[in-house]
Amino acid sequence: MKTLIRDYESAVIGAGHAGCEAGLALARLGIKTIVFTVSINSVAMMPCNPNIGGSSKGHLVREIDALGGEMGKNIDKTFIQSKMLNSSKGPAVHSLRAQADKEDYSRSMRQVLEGQDNLTLKQAEITELLTENGEVKGVKTLTGMVYITKAVVLCTGVYLKARCLCGEAITNTGPNGLKAANSLSDSLIKAGVEIHRYKTGTPARLDGRTIDFSKMAPQYGDVPVVPFSFSTDPSTVQKEQVPCFLTYTNETTHEIIRGSLDRSPLFAGVIEGTGPRYCPSIEDKVVKFPDKNRHQVFLEPEGIHTNEWYVDGMSSSMPEDVQLRMYRSVPGLENADIVRNAYAIEYDCFKGIQLKHSLEFKNVKGLFSGGQSNGSSGYEEAAAQGLIAGINAAMFIKGREPLIIDRSEGYIGVLIDDLVTKEGFEPYRMMTSRAEYRLLLRQDNADRRLRRKGYEAGLISDSELQALNEKEKLIFSEIERLKGITVGASASISEFLLSVGSTPLVTGASLEEIIRRPELSYEKIAPIDPDRPELPPDIIEQINIEIKYKGYLERELRQVEQFKKLEKKRIPTDIDFTRIHGIRLEAQQKLNKFRPENIGQASRIQGISPADIQILSIYLDAKDKSRFEESHT
Amino acid sequence: MFMNRENDTIAAISTAPGRSGIGIIRISGSEALNIADGMIVTKSGKKLDIQGQPSHTVKYGFFSDGNEMIDEVLITVFRKPRSYTAEDTVEISCHGGSFILRRVLSHIIKNGARAAEPGEFTRRAFLNGRIDLTEAEAVMDVISSSNEFARKNAVTLLRGGLYKKIIILRDEIIHETAFLESALDDPEHYSLDGYPSQLRVKVSEMIGEIEELLSGADTGRILKSGIKTAIVGKPNVGKSSILNLLSGENRAIVTDIPGTTRDVLSSEVLIDGIPLILSDTAGIRETGDKVEKIGVERSRETIEKADLCLFTVDSSSEINSEDMEIFDHIMSLGKKCIVLLNKTDLRSDRDHHFNFSCPVIDFSVPEEMGLKELRETVSEMFLSEKLKTDEEIFVSCERQLTELRLSRDSLELVINSIDDNMTEDFFTSDLMDAYTHLGNVIGESTDEDLFDRIFSEFCMGK
Repeated sequence: MKTLIRDYESAVIGAGHAGCEAGLALARLGIKTIVFTVSINSVAMMPCNPNIGGSSKGHLVREIDALGGEMGKNIDKTFIQSKMLNSSKGPAVHSLRAQADKEDYSRSMRQVLEGQDNLTLKQAEITELLTENGEVKGVKTLTGMVYITKAVVLCTGVYLKARCLCGEAITNTGPNGLKAANSLSDSLIKAGVEIHRYKTGTPARLDGRTIDFSKMAPQYGDVPVVPFSFSTDPSTVQKEQVPCFLTYTNETTHEIIRGSLDRSPLFAGVIEGTGPRYCPSIEDKVVKFPDKNRHQVFLEPEGIHTNEWYVDGMSSSMPEDVQLRMYRSVPGLENADIVRNAYAIEYDCFKGIQLKHSLEFKNVKGLFSGGQSNGSSGYEEAAAQGLIAGINAAMFIKGREPLIIDRSEGYIGVLIDDLVTKEGFEPYRMMTSRAEYRLLLRQDNADRRLRRKGYEAGLISDSELQALNEKEKLIFSEIERLKGITVGASASISEFLLSVGSTPLVTGASLEEIIRRPELSYEKIAPIDPDRPELPPDIIEQINIEIKYKGYLERELRQVEQFKKLEKKRIPTDIDFTRIHGIRLEAQQKLNKFRPENIGQASRIQGISPADIQILSIYLDAKDKSRFEESHT
Repeated sequence: MFMNRENDTIAAISTAPGRSGIGIIRISGSEALNIADGMIVTKSGKKLDIQGQPSHTVKYGFFSDGNEMIDEVLITVFRKPRSYTAEDTVEISCHGGSFILRRVLSHIIKNGARAAEPGEFTRRAFLNGRIDLTEAEAVMDVISSSNEFARKNAVTLLRGGLYKKIIILRDEIIHETAFLESALDDPEHYSLDGYPSQLRVKVSEMIGEIEELLSGADTGRILKSGIKTAIVGKPNVGKSSILNLLSGENRAIVTDIPGTTRDVLSSEVLIDGIPLILSDTAGIRETGDKVEKIGVERSRETIEKADLCLFTVDSSSEINSEDMEIFDHIMSLGKKCIVLLNKTDLRSDRDHHFNFSCPVIDFSVPEEMGLKELRETVSEMFLSEKLKTDEEIFVSCERQLTELRLSRDSLELVINSIDDNMTEDFFTSDLMDAYTHLGNVIGESTDEDLFDRIFSEFCMGK
């Protein structure tokens, strides 16, 4: 006899970075939620690199935070080194990256979940998704329990039919020897979900006592540290940091690899899944770039309570004996012992084009999906999707409109739009160059871009919104003040400008105009602006950016306006594209398959021409649609 | 790119060139009246109010580019939705041939209109519900077939270095952009220290090359500025009378270019819609006379700059070594040349037996003989048969030139950003814009393959 449990309105499958955000968002929005994990010890586990953030990923973390997610707060509590990448470049590509203490990160997140009202954490493998007439009914565990829920969020990461490869040794396990989920894929396929197979990999972990760090270049964190979360008080993150170390592979390393390629599952054809081009294994790098005589290797601590070191830049699926020789050929690693072997992992994931922008499956009502199982890679990409899937599962249950971030509003929007409109063939990683409106989508203004959306969804508190409003008021009024103060071309002003490496004024100019000079900034002109108010650094940063890059920002804003026009043209969900006379057959079929929600999205589908789009938009506007329709006889 | 193509204002010559003295330029879109306003003036230079002109009315005036009156025109206003495209439309009927039309169109484009794609007026008419599918299909069929032809032709015109150059430029741009983006994405791996100054050099070179393409694009230049034609020969072979005859025939539309010198006289004429800038040179012969020497020197310079030489001989007398020396000089410069056997009327033996390695025409000023042959020969030399009769080629050429200019403008933005000490993330998008525009020139754009999109893909209902 089956036991039906009706205590929960929603179920989240998986408690990795996506599952944690999804579960927390649901529970915080008042939805009774149960979060399943195959191992209670693997909540928010970091099975690969020991850091959060980095180029464009740092932007994602800031955006998650702005919307009311947890990742930023959690890394602020558990980081052991922090660095702002690209700080010498423009503000659009500044990216925060922090080394995490992996154990702390996981434990701290688990505590947040355990302390959350409306949220139950449960160790169980889900084997079946229950659906009825294209609607989610609940899930079933391996041990036979059935949970009846209104919504289910899949955050299965790399666990579906996972297979780990270390040379000839192949095991059907998830990362780090954890249990794989072997039954759920088949149940999902039955429910109409399309699946493909991806691959990724991780390097070995070495015993720190056997590494000679004196042969490597230390890499230190920034002082002062900038926190990820807009809610974290910067004074709480100024602490002692640990260094990472830089070394290089050499020709000996490459010879060892070349000599053993026949034993590599990747090159022997054992690996079936598609791996990411941007994150190649060391054997990939050696084969693809034969002219490079060395590759960078970063040694990064896994935590402060462990001896384990992560070897960034040398992921591999070579057999253990090859791995040992290969790592030991690197300066500083001559005597290194491997604690955990490098391995490649293959897993089932879902074709993103089956999803709506809300991350709900188009053909299964109430079924949402977020994370690596949607074809992305990276903790941050996963968390961002988990958050959106969680919020929208809650909106679905409440009967409210989903939260959609578009490409002009955030990297999260770019990420999800790319996943659901482009037929991906490799794990998707965020990059700043994927964002068309990069200068507007900065990590420094994620709160100004997205906090209000988070507030509307219900994850941002009144006081957090209040803080944002006050911040913006300060920015606006200070810029207005600077516009209002005009200084003349007097001798004292000229003298000052020359002293800071600028040129004298010819006529009077406002302080705003003076700040705009490339060699000057808000801070630099303090001596000629004695009446300025005392402002915190984040406000000054916004003032500088808005004044100095005004022309560039305005240009992008104009482009966004054009973009928004098309995003606003909604396409009815019941439309049959094959009936629209004038759209090419190929385009009709593509449109029917993707079912775009608006004209803008339709225009980004590969193989849809501007002409198709024009006919489609005319069709939508036309009062008498029959004029454009073909009769299907 | 595609996004702002939906409702911007477009302009094109909508009559076939070279067929008649009158040509119509059509401007369509929300800004049509605004753009035309201020360009039309009365004879005394007073601005005509186009904005306020009622629909379906015609006014008479002069088209002015702000500096000079280019042509005498009639201007018709059609207000939406009662126009061909169902948008605000202005039609300007000009009297000049294609040269004048080009200048007028060029000025309109400079002031905010975009060169229309082939068939774009019809497409808009259809999309705006002005004409039905069957009508549109018929029109588009014609346009698409002629465009296919224009595409081939345009690409052919671009070959001979140009096409290849664009491919190389694009490759360089994408290479630089990919490098910059990699470095921005992985700053610990790739350093950009000192890179902008290197890039600046490269981008300046690219701009230089595009400028060269712009000035060297034969059709573009010919349509814009005319074929530089030098009338060359010994003294007293009748060069000046030939100039007068050619100019006189077209007296109504001749403009004298100011600043001509006593010894090199220039005149602008139209032959079958092709503008010729005629230069009458001082006779060339070896001379010891100082003043004459200067004239001869100038004549040589004129030949060097010319696209076409009309080598004139007095066929009523012996052709001597002096003539041949001049002819050899023209040939040695690799110039296109037509030999005019002048004073044929004074020649007893009308069958000439002169041996020249270029077209030879019997010519007589008093009998106005040889004009037709000259026209045909010039046409043949400079415009392919197709080009001559195909309206669309001009449109696509203008479009190509526009794209080249846009790519240059994008690259100039890159230079500006580097000079303003902006970091790479501010200008990689401009590099990509340049890449896209260059792609549009040769129909190999990443996402915007206009020819394929609009013509092979816009096959409505087939």
